[in-house]
Amino acid sequence: MINYEPSSGPFAHTRNSSVRIMYTVLLSLLPATIFGIYQFGLGSLRTVLVCCAVAVLAEYASLKLMQRRSAACMDGSALLTGLLLAMSLPSTVPMWLAAMGSAFAIIVGKQIYGGLGQNLFNPAMLARVMLLICFPVEMTNWAVPTPLDFSHNLVTVPDGWLQFDGVTAATTLSGLSKTPESLFSMFLGTEGGSLGETSSLLILAGGLLLLQRRIIHWAIPLSFLAGLGIPSLIGHWFAPTTFLSLPAQIFSGGAMLGAFYIATDLVTSPTSVRGQLVYGAGCGLLIWLIRSFGNYPEGVAFAVLIMNAASPLIDHYLRPAIFGSRSVAGK
Amino acid sequence: MLKFLRQPFRGGIHPDSHKLLTCNNGIDREFWPRNVMLSLQLRNGAKLTPLVKPGDTVLRGQKIAEGRSEMVAPIHSPVNGVVTGIAQHFNSHPSKAKCDTIIIRANSDRRWGESAPQGSFYQLSADEIITRVRDAGIVGLGGAGFPTAAKLSFARSANVDTLVINGGECEPYLTCDDVAMQQYAAEIVAGVRLILTACGAKQAIIGIEDNKPKAIEQLRSAASEDEKIQVLSVPSIYPMGSERHLIKSVTGKTVPVGKLSNSIGILTHNIATTRAVYQAVRFRRPLVSRVITVSGRGIGSPRNVEVPVGTPVHELLAWCGGISDSTARLVFGGPMMGQVISSPYIPIDKTVGGILALTDAEVRQRQPSDCIRCGQCVRACPMGLMPFQMAAFSRISDFSAAENIGIQHCLGCGACSYVCPSAIPLVQYFLHAKGSINANRLKAQRSAKAKALNEIRLQRLAEEAAAKQAAKASKRRERAPRASRPVKELEHD
Repeated sequence: MINYEPSSGPFAHTRNSSVRIMYTVLLSLLPATIFGIYQFGLGSLRTVLVCCAVAVLAEYASLKLMQRRSAACMDGSALLTGLLLAMSLPSTVPMWLAAMGSAFAIIVGKQIYGGLGQNLFNPAMLARVMLLICFPVEMTNWAVPTPLDFSHNLVTVPDGWLQFDGVTAATTLSGLSKTPESLFSMFLGTEGGSLGETSSLLILAGGLLLLQRRIIHWAIPLSFLAGLGIPSLIGHWFAPTTFLSLPAQIFSGGAMLGAFYIATDLVTSPTSVRGQLVYGAGCGLLIWLIRSFGNYPEGVAFAVLIMNAASPLIDHYLRPAIFGSRSVAGK
Repeated sequence: MLKFLRQPFRGGIHPDSHKLLTCNNGIDREFWPRNVMLSLQLRNGAKLTPLVKPGDTVLRGQKIAEGRSEMVAPIHSPVNGVVTGIAQHFNSHPSKAKCDTIIIRANSDRRWGESAPQGSFYQLSADEIITRVRDAGIVGLGGAGFPTAAKLSFARSANVDTLVINGGECEPYLTCDDVAMQQYAAEIVAGVRLILTACGAKQAIIGIEDNKPKAIEQLRSAASEDEKIQVLSVPSIYPMGSERHLIKSVTGKTVPVGKLSNSIGILTHNIATTRAVYQAVRFRRPLVSRVITVSGRGIGSPRNVEVPVGTPVHELLAWCGGISDSTARLVFGGPMMGQVISSPYIPIDKTVGGILALTDAEVRQRQPSDCIRCGQCVRACPMGLMPFQMAAFSRISDFSAAENIGIQHCLGCGACSYVCPSAIPLVQYFLHAKGSINANRLKAQRSAKAKALNEIRLQRLAEEAAAKQAAKASKRRERAPRASRPVKELEHD
């Protein structure tokens, strides 16, 4: 049936859609999540499920209350918030805490601002910071990895894997760890830490997939890592005992997840390339400052939230130059 | 990575091109309409005066209507036949507003009314060339439809030094310029030479997108003897056919924002226009037909057709195998910047470069959802604008804020709408906002003018009153001595 109604073009569109973007991001996060579950056991699987389910339910309830299209709760954005929050939590976190954080992320972090695309702060990070401030003990119980044992053609399930509160220990960043982790194990992720943040390798792989699908732009990850890497390089060079080395900074904690998934959050980051460079560098630098001089061992969430607040300002002042505005006639 | 380095300007997109549907089949020159309808009102509202009346026999190439100013090109009869009426009929404007239209019943005789003159044409002066172009009713065939003669005279007075010929044809589906370059390379080069003489430029650069290798090869060999004409291949990025972006790609110069290309000494013409100029100068043939791409998955047999101007859409569609039931949209021009055909009976005018029958699968229109500020539109915008912000301002009717961030520089190319994952009709917002801004400006201008006139009137009235007063006073002064003396005496008494 031909539609003769007047309408303006274009009459061609990409196959890309917001829902597709969200689910691609979720998919690219799966390897790191599964690795986290393999590392920390059923407790972490429970955390992931609780966070995701509560996020979707909270989204559904909010949309219903605001009389919006409630089917939109399955567009992937709530699921992504839930998963990102779960990945940034310790695997031993109590269930009620995870549920509370997830609901806070959706309701206070997102829907209060007006829903999808309107929020100023990254909802997952807002929830994480809230939990960290209110429940510092529960939030810093880093479980010791008790991975499944696949050796000798036998799957051995260690005791810790089935327990919901594992043995806890300090990590590299908290500075109290007695045996310093090897860089290689940090890169692979076989050390203690948050549920989904430990494996830099798998997060990097997922991030590269996002770059390849053009869902995120190279500007933020690159400037993020540079903003964190350059000061740590200089700091470590001057005082190796006080400051962590460059690879330790980048491969530990949530730095990788922050660079590819948290700071690149489409809604809360600037849109122009110049703005993104400033934003990413700001995040990286703040993380280094918080990690090196702050009270908290980990600074990704704080740094991202601070830069989120600056994001509208960055977008306002660092807009792209209009084509032809910088040229001089005859040049 | 190499492609990234070759990119001559920021932004732009790579939509699916679909050009293979039509780019290798040559030009179908067999089509002949039964009726042609020539609107006496242009899309911009300018009107023409008819020179014929119902019942008149007209010859192909005969002038049948002329404009009321230099800015409106005359219309010539594209066929031999009889004027059956001058009646109200809708033109290609999507509003379906009706306007006076000359309707000609065509007979099958395809000969020209006058035979072509003999003799050399390369010695012609610039003025003579411009006159012939003006008489032939040529307008820019790229889509804007500005009279070519006027453009040439402007360029001449602006002393341009470079002529850029636009062979970009970046719109998906369209291949009419591509096949014209393949088939009429010599005529195009001759047309370029004539335009060079007419505008006084020193060199000509023909920019062709690199997805048209045959056209590049043909034009290179046709122009190989002329050191003034250069054929350059440019990367295929939408919107390479935009004047500013093509100029940047082939000359490295940037047209300053808000100015015309004349201001940096460059004149641009579409490749199809150059051939029309050649025909007009060499054979004195007016512009009465043009090559049109008829394509899209809904068309029975897609092809490029030479179509007399004024042919109704349905006749051409029937000639090209009809359209399938799955057709969702009929579009004039390309899918990116084209406009919807609001009825199958509307005639094709000089500015139409293509007719597309697009199926739902090709349009891929979805329900708009919330903006997620992903920034894809910002990175796609070839003008360096922020489409999502301009749309947000337009949505709340804050047009001055939209103007502040550059909405007036939007080309309307649709790259932002194409990439938007939330399917937000961004271009529609911009068209609306630009329309409102222009209407408001016009209103402001009118009221300012009225205010100024009123002030002048008040001043005049005040002056007149003052003059009257003065006249009265002087009269009184003249009379005063006689009248006042006795009074004074009385007072003193």
